[in-house]
Amino acid sequence: MNRITAGRRHPLARYAVLLFALTLLGGVYTLTAPGNQSADAAIASGKVDDVAEGKKLFEKTCSSCHGPQAQGTENGPTLVGVGAAAVDFQVSSGRMPAANPGAQAPRKPLAPWVTPKRIDQLAAYVQSLGGGPTVPSKEQVDPALGNEAKGGELFRANCISCHNWVGAGGALTEGKYAPNLNEASPTQIYAAMVTGPQAMPVFNDSIITPEQKRDMIAYIVGVREQKDPGGFGLGRIGPVTEGLVAWIVGIGGMALAAIWITAKRRQAK
Amino acid sequence: MSTGPVPKPIAGTSSFIDDRIGAGNFLKRNLRKIFPDHWSFLLGEIALYSFIILLLTGTFLTFWYKPGMNHVVYDGSYEPLKGILMSEAYASSLNISFDVRGGLLMRQMHHWAALLFIAGMMVHMLRVFFTGAYRKPRELNWIIGVLLLTLALAEGLTGYSLPDDLLSGAGLRITQGVAISLPLVGTYVSFFLFGGEYPGEDVMARFYSLHILLIPGILLALISAHMILMWVQKHTQMPGKGRTNKNVVGAPFYPAFMAKAGAYFLFTFAVIAGLATFAQINPIWAFGPYTPADISAGSQPDFYMGFLEGSLRIMPAWEINVLGYTLPLSVIIPALVPMGIIMTGLALYPFLEQWVTGDRREHHIADRPRNNPHRTAIGMSAITFYGVLWLLGANDELSAFFHISLYTTTWFGRIAVFLGPALAYAITYRMCLGLQRNDAAILGHGVESGVIKRLPHGEFIEVHVPPADDIAAHMRGKEAIPTIAAAPDGEGIPPKGLRGPIGRLRAKMSETYGGEKIPIEEHHEEHPAISPADDDKSLTR
Repeated sequence: MNRITAGRRHPLARYAVLLFALTLLGGVYTLTAPGNQSADAAIASGKVDDVAEGKKLFEKTCSSCHGPQAQGTENGPTLVGVGAAAVDFQVSSGRMPAANPGAQAPRKPLAPWVTPKRIDQLAAYVQSLGGGPTVPSKEQVDPALGNEAKGGELFRANCISCHNWVGAGGALTEGKYAPNLNEASPTQIYAAMVTGPQAMPVFNDSIITPEQKRDMIAYIVGVREQKDPGGFGLGRIGPVTEGLVAWIVGIGGMALAAIWITAKRRQAK
Repeated sequence: MSTGPVPKPIAGTSSFIDDRIGAGNFLKRNLRKIFPDHWSFLLGEIALYSFIILLLTGTFLTFWYKPGMNHVVYDGSYEPLKGILMSEAYASSLNISFDVRGGLLMRQMHHWAALLFIAGMMVHMLRVFFTGAYRKPRELNWIIGVLLLTLALAEGLTGYSLPDDLLSGAGLRITQGVAISLPLVGTYVSFFLFGGEYPGEDVMARFYSLHILLIPGILLALISAHMILMWVQKHTQMPGKGRTNKNVVGAPFYPAFMAKAGAYFLFTFAVIAGLATFAQINPIWAFGPYTPADISAGSQPDFYMGFLEGSLRIMPAWEINVLGYTLPLSVIIPALVPMGIIMTGLALYPFLEQWVTGDRREHHIADRPRNNPHRTAIGMSAITFYGVLWLLGANDELSAFFHISLYTTTWFGRIAVFLGPALAYAITYRMCLGLQRNDAAILGHGVESGVIKRLPHGEFIEVHVPPADDIAAHMRGKEAIPTIAAAPDGEGIPPKGLRGPIGRLRAKMSETYGGEKIPIEEHHEEHPAISPADDDKSLTR
């Protein structure tokens, strides 16, 4: 009897084989299964408390519109499957909890109870309901790692038809609007692209790859931090404010000048 | 003109020139040309001086601009566009903005001057219209002015297309859309203009020739003609003391008016240079290069094209299909009708007014706007029509900024474009009559002196004093608007030319348009401050 045969017959061998098989199965599943990783990981790594805490928060602040099981009501859509990224975007930008139902929930100052930790807890709860896009990592949204010029091209092709050339925002139909992008954090911009909040379409990773999203973030952050080379930017919305300034400052100023230099006149004899 | 001794500076200069080129008499006569003084008479000079600045800054820009549509990879100093494929025209515009010393300032001065050029023409035109300064003998100069305004719009359109950025490309696309929507000739016009399919390779070079050669050449010629005619016909003056249809009261060209005009040029220069320094205009680097696939929210034309943009935005999507051909009314109507109404209306107004009033006399005294209420009301309703369209050209920005639903603004525009002018007409007409009554009251009863007098029988009256001489003379400059005699003769036959439906319409319009609405009655008597009986009689009609 050689060593291998002896080992095979060891009393603990069956357990070892079982453990190995389970690990393999679990590992393959974890690597291949869509969604849910984060929730599973949360549960596995003892963050199960986040989900429980999140559920409590959800029942207190969100369930009146989204339903006690997040199944949705007349006043709010279902949150099953929207993912942690949607929660992070909506709550960290102050859009949710909504103050009143309207065409669109505006960005507003955060309520006192909203802290990054509580947002994570809510996000973990919603993620546990049905998966969905997760919150991007710091590296995924770091403007310094993106290519501004490439991002600009993508931004012009995909975003400006609603958000204006440099993200000043614009009007949509029926009282909806594309907000300006000056206050959105890189994470929020990323989350908005993958979740498509409110009137915005979803730009998932097969349409725009994560690297391209980072390029776009680099462009948005780059141009909004740019000092206008030509003086005061006039809201960066183009000819409307320029025309207003031409008339008010230009023609108004010239009319005042005309009144001034003709104020002293030769009297008729 | 030839009163008094010739001042020394004029005599000296003119004899210097006379000794050399024999133009002394010409100068003596013309340097003392009298120009009347009124602030509104300077408004046209805004356009004139802006044009000079446009020529100078424009020449600077041509040194570096390349009207090419070949694709190049950008390698200038603007980081967010580095490595991007773009047209030569756009790359050279970026080069002017970022890598040519003073280039951005010149570009911004050129653009601000363009806005002031057209805005200056508009306010000047409104001044001429509301004071009736277009009347005989100045109708031709008025028409030159209308041509100048139309050409200036074309000059602006070709000019802001040249950088080939994403915003101007949207404007170019609409231009092409209008061209191709024309019945029968549309496709040919579009292919001719762009040298093939839109956008083609030729349009920048063609627009460049038009923008720097043809249109400015015609503008320069017409501006010269405009100035010479004004010089020869002399400037109109506001009614006032000692001013008649046969004289001009004011300051001589040299030195007083020349100094004022020179100062005004410096003011224009200061405003344009100041705006160009402190206020960013047309940031083409933010718009990005033009590709027909991209379009931005908030794409607007420059302000002078705003009324066309607005009419396009409020137009319902009407389309007719005849025998396999599509007639896109939703493009043809907004592109041609408002422009046609405004420009044709402007060009014809002097002649229509003559036709209605039968007034063939020469006029050198300007009207105060209130003294021709129908003309003023027509002008205000035209401004309202233009203004509503202009406002609606920016409806997306208004909607976003003031949180108004976009469709609400569209529907507001559709109604206001018809209702607004009518309301403006009625309100302006009543205001003019009210102001005329006010003048009549001041001339008839004097100005309230603030002194209350008690009469022996106990009645209180407020003492009115006659108005100051110059103010009274200004008010008395009003004269009745002529009408054509439409009364039938002894046998009940209306005069020749007033028979038939058009003749009757003309007579009716003449009766409404002309005449004296609020006659000035001069009577100086003290009247009771409390009893309103006398006031009522003269103030309400």
